[in-house]
This record gives sequence, C-alpha cells and structure tokens, in this order.
Amino acid sequence: MTEQGVRWTVDQVLALAPDSASRTAGSRLGAAGSWSGAGRCGEGTVWGLCEGGGSGPYRTVVDVADPSGPAYRCSCPSRKVPCKHALGLLLLRAGAEEAVPRARAPEWVREWISGRRATERRRTGDAAHPAPGPADPEAARRRAERRAERVTAGALELEQRLADLLRGGLAAAGESGYGLWEETAARMVDAQAQGLAGRVRELGALAGTGPGGPVRLLEECALLHLLGQGWLRRERLPEGLAATVRSRVGLPASADGPPVRDHWLVLAQYDTGDSRLTTRRVWLYGTDSGRTALLLSYGAAGRAPDVALPVGTALDAELSAYPGAGQPRAALGEQFAPPAPTAVRPPGTTTARALVRYGEALRDDPWLESVPVTLERVVPVPDGDGWQVADADQDTALPLAPAARSRPGLWRLVAVSGGAPVRVFGECGHQGFTPLAVWPEGPGEVVPLC
Amino acid sequence: MSRTADTDAPLPDTWEELVTTALLGTDRRTPAGSVPGPRAPHDLLDAAALATVRRRAGLRPARAARRPAPAPADPRPALPPAAARRLTLLLTDRPGTSGGGRRGTAPDLMELLPQWLAAANAHGYAAPPEALPALLDAARGRTDLRPAALRFAGPRALWLARLNPDWRFALRATHGGGASASAPDDPDRTRRLWQEGLFAERVALLTALRSRAPAAARALLAATWATERAEDRLMFLDSLRAGLGPDDEPFLEQALADRSRNVRATAAELLSALPDSALAGRMALRAAACVAVDRTRDVPMIVVEAPHECDAGMERDGVVAKAPAGRGERSWWLGQLVEAAPLGCWSRRLGGRTPREIVALPVADGWQGELHAAWCRAAVRQRNAAWSRALLGEPSAPEAGGPGAVSLAERAQLLGTLPAAERAEWVAGFIETHGLSEAFQLLGVCAVPWAAPVGRAVVDALNIARDAGSYPWSFSGVMGLAERCLDPSEAGRLDALLAVPDEPEDASPGAGSYWAEAFQRLVTTLRLRATLLTELAPPTPPAAEPAPAGSVEPTAPGPARR
Repeated sequence: MTEQGVRWTVDQVLALAPDSASRTAGSRLGAAGSWSGAGRCGEGTVWGLCEGGGSGPYRTVVDVADPSGPAYRCSCPSRKVPCKHALGLLLLRAGAEEAVPRARAPEWVREWISGRRATERRRTGDAAHPAPGPADPEAARRRAERRAERVTAGALELEQRLADLLRGGLAAAGESGYGLWEETAARMVDAQAQGLAGRVRELGALAGTGPGGPVRLLEECALLHLLGQGWLRRERLPEGLAATVRSRVGLPASADGPPVRDHWLVLAQYDTGDSRLTTRRVWLYGTDSGRTALLLSYGAAGRAPDVALPVGTALDAELSAYPGAGQPRAALGEQFAPPAPTAVRPPGTTTARALVRYGEALRDDPWLESVPVTLERVVPVPDGDGWQVADADQDTALPLAPAARSRPGLWRLVAVSGGAPVRVFGECGHQGFTPLAVWPEGPGEVVPLC
Repeated sequence: MSRTADTDAPLPDTWEELVTTALLGTDRRTPAGSVPGPRAPHDLLDAAALATVRRRAGLRPARAARRPAPAPADPRPALPPAAARRLTLLLTDRPGTSGGGRRGTAPDLMELLPQWLAAANAHGYAAPPEALPALLDAARGRTDLRPAALRFAGPRALWLARLNPDWRFALRATHGGGASASAPDDPDRTRRLWQEGLFAERVALLTALRSRAPAAARALLAATWATERAEDRLMFLDSLRAGLGPDDEPFLEQALADRSRNVRATAAELLSALPDSALAGRMALRAAACVAVDRTRDVPMIVVEAPHECDAGMERDGVVAKAPAGRGERSWWLGQLVEAAPLGCWSRRLGGRTPREIVALPVADGWQGELHAAWCRAAVRQRNAAWSRALLGEPSAPEAGGPGAVSLAERAQLLGTLPAAERAEWVAGFIETHGLSEAFQLLGVCAVPWAAPVGRAVVDALNIARDAGSYPWSFSGVMGLAERCLDPSEAGRLDALLAVPDEPEDASPGAGSYWAEAFQRLVTTLRLRATLLTELAPPTPPAAEPAPAGSVEPTAPGPARR
C-alpha cells in the first residue's frame, strides 16, 4: 500500500460530495482530458490543473491520507468543500491507475504541504502544552449553574404545556395546528434546551398525520414528559442515566471516555438535515472490541461535514466515548494510519436477537429510537405496501422502517440479494429496520445503501 | 412497528384506553387509577410513558411474508474492477441533475453509456447487481437505451422489475434479453407458451424464434392465425419482416384477404419487398403501364400516364384508394404502384437502360418529383444498392445540398442500403462540398466509429467553420455526434485545434475560445472512450493481445436524446 498510496473507490469519492450538483459536476471532471499535470506523491497527496472557465487552469490538490481527515485546496471560487474539481481529481485517481502517475510535487503543491505541516506542528505542540484550563473554574461553575436553572425553568414550562394539552385532549390540540409546537420549541431554544426543542418540533410534524397519528403523538408526548421529569429529578438518577438525560436535554458534553484503539470498520455514512445544518452519521465497528460506535459531525449550509470516512475501509484509530449509559456516540481521536480497504465483515445476528438488543438498550436510554445491528442471513421480502428483512432459516422478520421504503438504497439491497440471504447492517428500532449497508452472499465488497 | 406483535395482554387494552383518554382530554375523562384534578394529566403521561417504553422493549419479530423465488443465476463473468467503477460514474451522471447551460470542456458521460453498454455486451459481461437499480432507472428514462441496457442487466433485472412497478417496461421489452425472451428449444413448451402466454411474451417468442428458424415461426403463427385479434395479427405479421423470404409468400398472399385493412396493407408491403412474388409481378405490370419512354422527341424523355382508377384488384394488393387531403388521387395511386413494383422491371420497360441512365432521363409534365420519390421508397424497401446509388447521385453535385427531388431524410434512408465503406465515402464527399449544416441526418447513418474519410471530413469542416468566425453552438449537433462517433484514434490529430486562435477582424467576439473549449471537450471525450474500451478488455494473460480499442462498437448512434 505504501507504493500504491491511498486510493479510494468511486463510491467512496462520491460520498464526499456536499450535494448532488457537486456530485454530477465532479463526475464530469473525472476524465483524463479535463486535467493536465496531474500527479501524486507521498501516501495520498494528489494534484492537477483543471481547465476552468476563467483565465487560467484551477490548481487543485487533495491529501486523502491526512490523519485528521481529507484536506482540499483549490484555486476555484467555489465555496463548496470539497469543490467539483477536488472530486473530479479524486475520481480521476479512482478510475485508472496510470491517469495520475507518481511524480515530484510542483512548487505550489509543496508550499501547501509545508504550510499544512506547520499547522500540524502547531496543533500537536498545543496538545503537548495544554492551554491553561478555564481561566476561572469558579466562573465556569456559576455559568453551568445558571444554564441548569434556565433549563429547569424550560422543563417546568414544558411540563405545564403538556399538562394543558392533555387536559383539553389531543384531538382538540390537532386543530390549533403547527404553530403551537413551533412556539413551544422556540421557548425551549430560549431555555437553552436544544434537545427538548428538537423533540417538540418533531411533535409538530407528527400532529395530525394520518390514522396512526394520535398514537405516535401520545408516545412522543409521554417520552417528552419522561425526559422533563428525568431532568427535574436528575440528582436522584444513577450517574449513567443522569448523563443520558443531560445529553438528551441538550447540554453540551465532551468525549471524555478512555480512548479505545481498534481497527474500526466503516459500516455506513449518511447525512441528514435541512438547508441550515447537515448532520453526518458515521457508524464504525471495532473488530477487536466488538463495539459499534457513532461519529456525529456537522456542516453549515452547503458544506459537507469535515469527517468523511469511506464505507468499506477500516481505520486504525482511537475512539473516545461520550458520557451517558448505552450511548454509541464517540469522538475520533488519534488515527494511526489512513483508512484502508478491507474485506472484513462485522458478525451478524437474527431478527429476534436484534429486537432483544433494542429492548435491552432501552433500559439505559428509554428515548432511544434504534440500535445499530448487523443481521446475518436475511432476505428482503415484499410485504404488502412495505418490505421486510426475513430470516432465511426461520419464519421471523423485521419490517423496514417507513422512511427506508422510499429510498433508492432499498432497491440496491433487493438487487444485491436477488432473493438470496445477505448480511445487512442497519438501525433497528420501534419504527422498524433501516438498512444502511449490505454484503452479498458470496465474496464481494460492501454496498452502501444510504 | 405495525407488523410486529405487541406484548401479551392485558397491556394493549390499557394502551387503547390511554390513547382514548388522551384524545378526549382528562377534563372529560379521568385516566384509570387517577383522580380528577390537576394531577390527572400528569398521571396519564406517566402511564403512557411507561406503556410506550414497555411496548418498545417488548417488540417481537413479525411473521415472515412469502419470499419471492430467488433470481435466476447469471453465468456471465463479472466486469473487470475498473469497468465496474466506470459504470458507477456513467450512471451517476444523469440528465437533469446538471446545472444546464454551457457544457464546458467536460465530456457528457450519459451519452457514452450506449457505447459502453454495447462494448460490455460484446464481451458478454454480467452487470454488477448493485448497479441494476440505476441501470433500470436510466433505461426507464431513455427508450433508446433499453435493448442494450436490458441485455446487459440480464435475468436479475427482470426478476427485480417484477417487484417494482417503475420498471415494468423491462418485462414488456425483453427481446433477446432475459430468460423469458429466448425461445425454448422444446417445441412443446414453445407451443404452450404461444397458446397461453401474454401478448408481450408471445411477441417476444415469435421474434426470437423468427431470428433462429424463420419457417418454424411462420408455422407457429399460421396455426393460430384465424383466432387472433386484428391488432395482434398486425403485430405478429410485422415480426415476419425479419428474415423475410420467398417461402413466406403463400402465407402473406393469404393475408391479403384479411378482414383488417391494416393487416392487408402490411402483407402487401412485405410481398412487394419480395421481387419474385406474384404481387410484385402484378404491381410491375400496373406500374409499367403508367411509365414509358417517349422516343419521338429529340431527347428521349419519360412520360407518365397515372392510373385513372383504383380497381378492386389494386385495393386487394394493398393500394390505398383514398388519397390524403391535398393530394391528387391519380398521383397518389401512381406513387403506390411504383413503390411496390420490383425495381428490376424498369430496365426492360425503359429501353434496357441502367438505373443511373433511367434516373438521368428528363420526365415530362412535372412528374419527376413524384416518380423519383416513389423509386426512392422502392429502393429502400427492396434494399437495392444500385438504384440507391443512382438516386443519390454524386455527393458533390450542386443539387445534392439543396432541396432537390430527394430530401435529406430520403438520402439518409438510401445510404442505409449501401455498404458501410461506400456510405462513408459518400457522406465524406457531401460534407466536403456542402459543409456541415445539412449533414447531421446523414452522419447518423454512418457506422460507428466513423470510417477515416468521414472523420477527416467532419474535422476539416469544423475547422473551416471556426476559421469562418461563427460560434461553435451552431454546430452543437454535429459536435455531439463527433464526440460519440469519431474514432478515438483521431484524438491525436485534433491537438492542433485546441489552442485559442487569434481572433480575425470579422469573427464573432470570443468565438475562438469557445471553439477551443468545444474541441477540448471533443478530445477529452475521445480519450475517455478509448479508456472505457480498454477497461472493458478482459483480464488476459500477459502474452495475449488486448482487444483493439474501437473494435466492439456495433451500434449506430441515433441523434442525442434528452
């Protein structure tokens, strides 16, 4: 691999695109003729000149082997990261071996590399001499207290609003519509309880949706009530559950768990979000520890979150868990090698065991929507309007979550299976199963479904 | 999770009760185990929270639904890894996802998909299963892609199409594609499928059998002919067009007496394509009676006496009696007679002249347009190269570029009857004389990749157009064709055109750089096409020769569809 350097597949590169327009534009630029002077050096530095509409060619350079994630630089005016030129360059590299030959880096590339090294040194230097702690621990404690008080006030107000709602009845509340929930959510934002605000907003989306609406609304109201009560009595909860309540309510936490070094398989990466914020989830599976961990990262409008790990690779790295019992969330610590392709697959289980796992996880976190599981020997089966994944050897099945039915990933899953048992990674919860990655029955690479 | 069994009773009752209370409100209904008052909503929420978590924690798997039969195995070899990556790229570049507007220097990947598919099919590769949904979506949007895409997609795509209504088209159009399309070898199974199958299956079966055993296909059709519906008879009859031969005459002759007028017309058309058929003989007699050489003049001249009536015999032989609005009925009848008469009869009738001499004769009383147009249709229908050649004339002739007796569409059809090399020479000669503005349709009938003379003529003409100072988008149609059809080995000759030239005084502003950009895209696309083909070459032992690039592109490209 050192001779070869890091080389990502087309799918992996396309997953980096911040939006579908960049994906299309990038794939058009992934052909040899668009580029001149393309070359690569080191573990994963790739560069090239791309003909642009302007006066001269754009200078594009990408480093995919950087331990802190891929880094891009392009002289084009686009504000997207990575821009279409960076994507095109990586696609060129992914396409044909000889398209990007090993070469000596030209001056402008060397400048960029040395600039990055300097930054890297400064950063590690800072780590060696940690910045002096919070200037005034006493002031920080007071700030935290004040915030807790505001959240408490928010929780009390929310409880009052929920009580009013149920006194009058959910049927009556349906008539007051979306505005009620929006206003309550805004109040929770004022109270600095982002977690509560988010749940309230989802309630607004649920209100008045179809026949199952009232049931879902009651469920979510009850869980919101449970969270409010959990916050108000957090002192009497066990520490793990209290930490879960704090993070669910929306208090900031830092990943202070002990670092766990492992070979982490990248199982899935997908983005959700609106025009303001993109949330990226990356699921990792530690082949030695058997742990499944979630990396969350965020990107502001139009920008892809900075963590990008290609599905189907494994990385030798340290992960630190966030506090809270049963929380899969972790932060990526030191990476000892760039992500490398792997044929290792995570071990799987049955549909029944997957639901047991979800049930057990609810003990630590009753607000949990789903747990990550890998199902072994399951077949996607059409079931009325929906789909299930059925155990190949038993008469049991998990229905697919409603949202998963309309995604293109469903058809990739069905196509890869072809009616034969496959191994599927996904999220299993009360809404059903959401497939995120599939491995074919025989040998073959993982196919992302998200 | 609606389909998952809930936990055991009595909880569901309690839960229903809680939902009802919540809907009505605690002011109207007191929750079980609570008392009316300010605590009631709180108690209801407590109970609901407990029940919700309990319900979720107690979820059990659902009963499995009926599993579909597994997809049939695809024995074809897998794509080489580089080609599989390329396919992902080609399928990502879907029309409509781009920003539109100016195209820049990047190649149009979607337009390369047809060639890629043709080459992959020529090698006999299986499609990667995960690519099938994108492939089917692409074929759904572009009917011209369907035959090649479905052949490449193979049996698993048909299996998938049965599960997704969006892909039903794949089940309708499986000519030469998947398992159901290949006619079974077993005659009993063939007969059963023919008698019991759906219409689409039967058409596919007949087409497949016809391509392999024409007589057997005809016999199959004849067996049930009398009981078929008129629309179906028309479709089935049409599938005899492939592999048409003298043996088909008795069956077709009998179809001339069909109840349906469309069936009769099709049968007559097929018979007229058989020069030795009785119908062709009857038509020759009728047509010859209308056309003669007048030797009394100084210069021999063709005189035309169009038929005065359309008798029952003519109608039975497929002549449509009623002329379309705006056409004289006598010239309408004449056109049909000449079109259906075997071209071989004219030499005898017109003084032993060759086709070229006949076409060169002047025609009296303004009948030339009608007569020559009918001969064109006859030459195309009978695939007669000598007559096509005569009617096409010299590519450099002045009238070849203008609106002459023979339109560009007719020329394109006539060219289709000539051997590929001759076709290329003619089109190249046409472009050299008349430029590119009229050449688009003619280029469409040239074999891909373009033979050297065509490629050279197109590049030279583009170069001339650039020097003349016009904008490249006046030629975007030809440019797009060139990107797809020019031989990739021509890329080297184009390098000189990539520079931005000095702008002449009278040129359109900025045209030079746009041309450089357009040529850049052309070269990029050609290089990419060469790469695509190399990637598809099977991994051979080092001693073996790699498949030459450009040797596996059997398709003729239609004009670009969007």
